[in-house]
Amino acid sequence: MYDIIKEVKPAVLLFLAFSLLTGLVYPLVITGVVQMAMPERADGSLIVVDGHVVGSELIGQNFSGPGYFHGRPSAVSYAANGSGASNLGPTSSRLMDEVRRRVEQVRMENNLPQNTPVPADLVQSSASGLDPHISMEGAMLQVPRIAKARGFPESEVKLLVYQTIEPAQFGILGQERVNVLKLNLALDDLTRRR
Amino acid sequence: MLTELAYVALLLGALLVLAAPTGRYIAKVFGGEQTLLSPLIRPIEQGLYEIVDIDESREMSWKTYVSALLVFNILGIAAVFLLQELQGRLPFNPEGLGAVRWDTALNTAVSFTTNTNWQSYSGEQTLAYLTQMLGLTVQNFLSAAVGLAAAMAVVRGFARKNADGIGNFWVDLTRSVLYLLLPLAIVWALIFVSQGVVQTLGPYVISHGLEGAEQVIALGPAASQDAIKFLGTNGGGFFNANSAHPFENPTPLTDFLQVLGMLLIPASLPFAFGSMIKNHQQGKAIFASMLVLYVMGLGVGLWAETSGNPLLEKLGVAGGVNMEGKETRFGVVPSLLFAQSTTVTSCGGVDSMHDSLMPLAGLVLLFNMAIGEVIFGGVGVGLIGIFFYAIMTMFLAGLMIGRTPELFGKKLEPFEMIMAVIGLLAPSVTLLIFAAVAIVLPQGLSSLNNAGPHGLSEILYAFASACGNNGSAFAGLNANTVFYNLATAFGMLVGRFATILPALALAGSLAQKRIVPASSATLPAASPLFVIMLVGTVIIVGALTFFPVFVLGPILEHLLMQSGTTF
Repeated sequence: MYDIIKEVKPAVLLFLAFSLLTGLVYPLVITGVVQMAMPERADGSLIVVDGHVVGSELIGQNFSGPGYFHGRPSAVSYAANGSGASNLGPTSSRLMDEVRRRVEQVRMENNLPQNTPVPADLVQSSASGLDPHISMEGAMLQVPRIAKARGFPESEVKLLVYQTIEPAQFGILGQERVNVLKLNLALDDLTRRR
Repeated sequence: MLTELAYVALLLGALLVLAAPTGRYIAKVFGGEQTLLSPLIRPIEQGLYEIVDIDESREMSWKTYVSALLVFNILGIAAVFLLQELQGRLPFNPEGLGAVRWDTALNTAVSFTTNTNWQSYSGEQTLAYLTQMLGLTVQNFLSAAVGLAAAMAVVRGFARKNADGIGNFWVDLTRSVLYLLLPLAIVWALIFVSQGVVQTLGPYVISHGLEGAEQVIALGPAASQDAIKFLGTNGGGFFNANSAHPFENPTPLTDFLQVLGMLLIPASLPFAFGSMIKNHQQGKAIFASMLVLYVMGLGVGLWAETSGNPLLEKLGVAGGVNMEGKETRFGVVPSLLFAQSTTVTSCGGVDSMHDSLMPLAGLVLLFNMAIGEVIFGGVGVGLIGIFFYAIMTMFLAGLMIGRTPELFGKKLEPFEMIMAVIGLLAPSVTLLIFAAVAIVLPQGLSSLNNAGPHGLSEILYAFASACGNNGSAFAGLNANTVFYNLATAFGMLVGRFATILPALALAGSLAQKRIVPASSATLPAASPLFVIMLVGTVIIVGALTFFPVFVLGPILEHLLMQSGTTF
């Protein structure tokens, strides 16, 4: 017992010292440095159009109109203040029902023949509910629909997709992908210029 | 596929290159030798000792060491609990979040203090910035430092002879933070922000999307916590989706650094051990055993996950690829690499939702945690865990040849055996008992998100994660109930202290022994034979304890999935 009492004083003092150092000094100094050096990054990579925040390039948002590329299904309806996933397992009948419905929807919206395989990312919900990307295949599949809705030639829409591709980082990390919000912004931009 | 394998190879390569020098650095730090950072940090260290009135050269007996460690942890639990209850009246709370429900707050306080970082709450909806910084970020550092201190004390037990002391807890704690965790965290945090991890004290931003929908975008000082979340094998997410959240893990580079971060210190500790007992071959042998186990699990997991889900393929998903609960920027292979790494270590951060992984991939993760996270393991506690298994291995070998077992030159007697067995079995027994209780109680079953064998896996995973101090989850299980908050909190305390306390007792006992010179009858512990036996012991002990219940969970689910059954 004497042992324990003797260690209380250093315990309290050291706890306070480390709380100050790692709980206030460290995070606040990092905040100060990055707010000076790279504020856009530190503040959430927000995209501002005409003085209004339209979203963050890192955070997915819901697109349902035929003239926009659609992103991944989201278990939290793209609530950027309440991220989350379905957490449905590989033998869940609820998951199977959802995927079946989405596969049909993707085929219908994009005028695909029955039995066309659909890219996995378009019909299964993401881990964060905020995935900003889709796969190349997922984007290409939507090109004819968007070209039709916007009245552009398909080649022009395809070109936009290619210009928006984010390659694997350093050629080796991660997979090739397309940022949906950036792509749709480019589409709107193209519409405005025509 | 080729780039994905290259990704795995790059990670293992980086680990092989960095682990040995980091290990030697750690050995120097805890040996009190001059290091590269000493001119900068030594004055701060001495200043701290002066303020707190700590005599650096004072050696502690194992009992004193335990007392200091316990007092320090009780303070930590109290502080994190109080911060959550009072956050509504404190600054750095732009969203005006109020007091956290008592059972959730208690669970969180225990969770972060025990290096588990199990989370039954949603970060962006529950915790003020002040609680995240002054409560959780602090414990991210300190719980890792406590684990590292304990491991260093145990290593001294092997290194010393006829000694009463095993080091000074306050000194070990201070050096862990100042020389290792804080400098690395600063580097990691700055790289993270450059990639897009947020770091701000401003309020959440309201945006109006291209289709006119309003989106409230949660922000916060995430990068500073994210960095230590991995380096300290903590794993608690700033946001609910943890490292699947784009603000917590925005690019493949951050993903790579997160995996590297969680493996770095645990993988370097065997080398630190080798340096400290002046037998580098010994350190290599332990590292090799861990690496073999890591690669075996990774192989099974990758095979299971890349095989895809036949049920999805039937529905028209190209290749049956399982992207449920995964992020596009990572894809299948890096997600699985992350999942394997986060469960072999005690990290528990996730970049994909483990609940939605293929059954046999989930089995590998369960196994990693249930054996006590000794494949690299948590900062400090992983090394302690593998020592327990090494003691068991030598005991078995001793039985075979009818000789008193020895390990690293120390005779293993009944006291050492008892401590090792407590450290190995207490978490496993707690896991199985709690899982059994949860299965028969309505409070246990009503939280399930999935039916059938996957439901059993959800419960098993929760208690394996709590008792292994991991913190990852089959997150469909609603753990934010009084039952699960209290049950997992108890599991976390057992998982932490029923391994660290026996380990320190072991250290005290070993330090007093003399070192037995190796003879022709000694089984050399720095040999391939030892590696094979150690790997075998880990697998056999794990299989004997958990095989029956794993058959009813993930293995049954795999078979039913192949036959087309859903629940």
